Amino acid sequence: MDPVLTSHVREPRGATLDAYVGRGGYEGLRKALGLAPAQVIDMVKASGLRGRGGAGFPTGMKWQFVPKDSPRPKYLCCNADESEPGTFKDHVLMERNPHLLFEGCLIGCYAIGAKVAYIYIRGEFSHVQRVLEAEIEAARAKGYLGKNIFGSGFDCEIYAHRGAGAYEAGEESALLESLEGKRAQPRLRPPFPAVVGLYGCPTAINNVETLCNVPLILTNGPEWFASLGPEKNGGPKLYCISGHVEKPGVYETSMHVTIRELIDKYGGGIRGGRTLKAVIPGGSSTPVILPDQIDAQASFDGLVKAGSMLGSAAIIVMDDTTCMVWLAENLMHFYRHESCGKCTPCREGTDWLLKILRRIERGEGTMRDIDLLADVASNIGGKTLCPFGDAAVAPVLSTILHFRAEYEAHVREGRCTCPADWRAM
Amino acid sequence: MSFHPEMRYESGMHVSQRELRPDGEPFAFTPANRDRLEQIATHYPAEHRRSAVIPALYIVQEQQGYVSAPAIRHVAEVIGCTPAEVDDVVTYYAMFFRQPVGKYVVQVCRTLSCALRGAERVTAEISKTLGVSVGETDPTGTFTLMEMECLGACDRAPVVMVNNEHWHECQAPEDAGRLLESLKASGEAALTGCHLEVERD
Repeated sequence: MDPVLTSHVREPRGATLDAYVGRGGYEGLRKALGLAPAQVIDMVKASGLRGRGGAGFPTGMKWQFVPKDSPRPKYLCCNADESEPGTFKDHVLMERNPHLLFEGCLIGCYAIGAKVAYIYIRGEFSHVQRVLEAEIEAARAKGYLGKNIFGSGFDCEIYAHRGAGAYEAGEESALLESLEGKRAQPRLRPPFPAVVGLYGCPTAINNVETLCNVPLILTNGPEWFASLGPEKNGGPKLYCISGHVEKPGVYETSMHVTIRELIDKYGGGIRGGRTLKAVIPGGSSTPVILPDQIDAQASFDGLVKAGSMLGSAAIIVMDDTTCMVWLAENLMHFYRHESCGKCTPCREGTDWLLKILRRIERGEGTMRDIDLLADVASNIGGKTLCPFGDAAVAPVLSTILHFRAEYEAHVREGRCTCPADWRAM
Repeated sequence: MSFHPEMRYESGMHVSQRELRPDGEPFAFTPANRDRLEQIATHYPAEHRRSAVIPALYIVQEQQGYVSAPAIRHVAEVIGCTPAEVDDVVTYYAMFFRQPVGKYVVQVCRTLSCALRGAERVTAEISKTLGVSVGETDPTGTFTLMEMECLGACDRAPVVMVNNEHWHECQAPEDAGRLLESLKASGEAALTGCHLEVERD
């Protein structure tokens, strides 16, 4: 499949308004404004577009949940927090194709009846904020946003809001808290953000890549969009490939692709001709899969069948030099650091898990520690307000499931049995 | 007594680790910075000015390098919320410094994709060169070494960020010491930046 989202990202000055309009940009918005909001939602529903942030929830349905008759203002929030380890796709879209995102935001706002969209960028993306703010000004100056867009009577503003370093801000209700100037901690649901969201008002929250797909659906039609991929997994998809491959990067293709093709064809194969040990297919929160599972289709449904998830399509590849206990410890360090502290099982449990993993990795663990890991993990997963708890235990549980022998070898030999030269030992 | 029968807390675990810091110099926004903040505050409904707390704290950090107690009180006054509400934000987010830092805060990404490409060795090399541990500032006040969690540039691993803003990609572990030298000599120009940004010109 030829890229459509990223077709112009390598062109010099391809991110500017003139370049975007020159390649037919903002035509999707023009078309949407000629339709009734409900018709726009119907088109998005017909396309089968599913959220690209991780959950894969149908976007049209999400928009439909926003009550039409609410007397309160409505908001659209674009989740550009992009913090899932291994994910770096939204960053490319925002920096190199910002007007596609703006157009998606404007169409989304029109569909749900919002007049303001906030793009919540992660704190580390200050260069992205500079690009977005400059291009927002350019679009406003030419009347693509602001008052009475295209003479349709539709008013809409877009603001870029930058966080300050918190993984949890990528969780939709925590994102709203952060945008309100508080700690990024999740809210109890229901009520769901579609009804009680930002400032207590109805709010739709969509990922950057999701919104970038919306203008394409308007211009090319829902049938075209659905036809790009397997059934219920339509549209173009960005994949982030990192770790032990020859050519790490962002690659766009359809969800017909398999994990094997992504590693070998797009990622250039395993670095240095080594052999594959394991793959994390959808960001650090998704269970690892083994070399004999990589013929799985890299789609929402294909990876569920393989016992994992597409998540944010962040494919992290590990070669045979990688110690899986070390991997679990590395990711647990991340989750312990990023746990927001609201729910006790997650706040306490991630700290315990890290301590246990650290002692096993150092060769100071016991056989009972391996079961203790599973026991503590079972008290976190499913017992927290947001999916962070499930995410935090996924790497531990899936590495114990597939690599228990490696954990046992650490205990038996009293040392790390797989010390790679790329680590600081 | 811990919640889990087999997980004992270390001694001292229940002692609050919070320290009351010295108050530091009085703080107020410069008129230009105050205007910038008021401009940003127009992005949010007037009754939700608190949304501008994070932008306000960024401006504080730009103005004095870190966020002091008087700055927290000043931000609270300007925003119209309590100092506790501002402190809540400062203590939560990783990018706010609560004590003075070196001229260059060198932040090495330590999460999986960077670690698979040698990030641990980058940190070890910098730590050895400076003679400081993670979280410390060297005696000359030039460098503070920190570790960060995933910066979202995993294809250009290992990634180093300087002063919360300037990126440096594909840092070979054995060259990490040299990066410090060139930072000292030519400032942020020594950094590669984000490869996408570089492509713009």
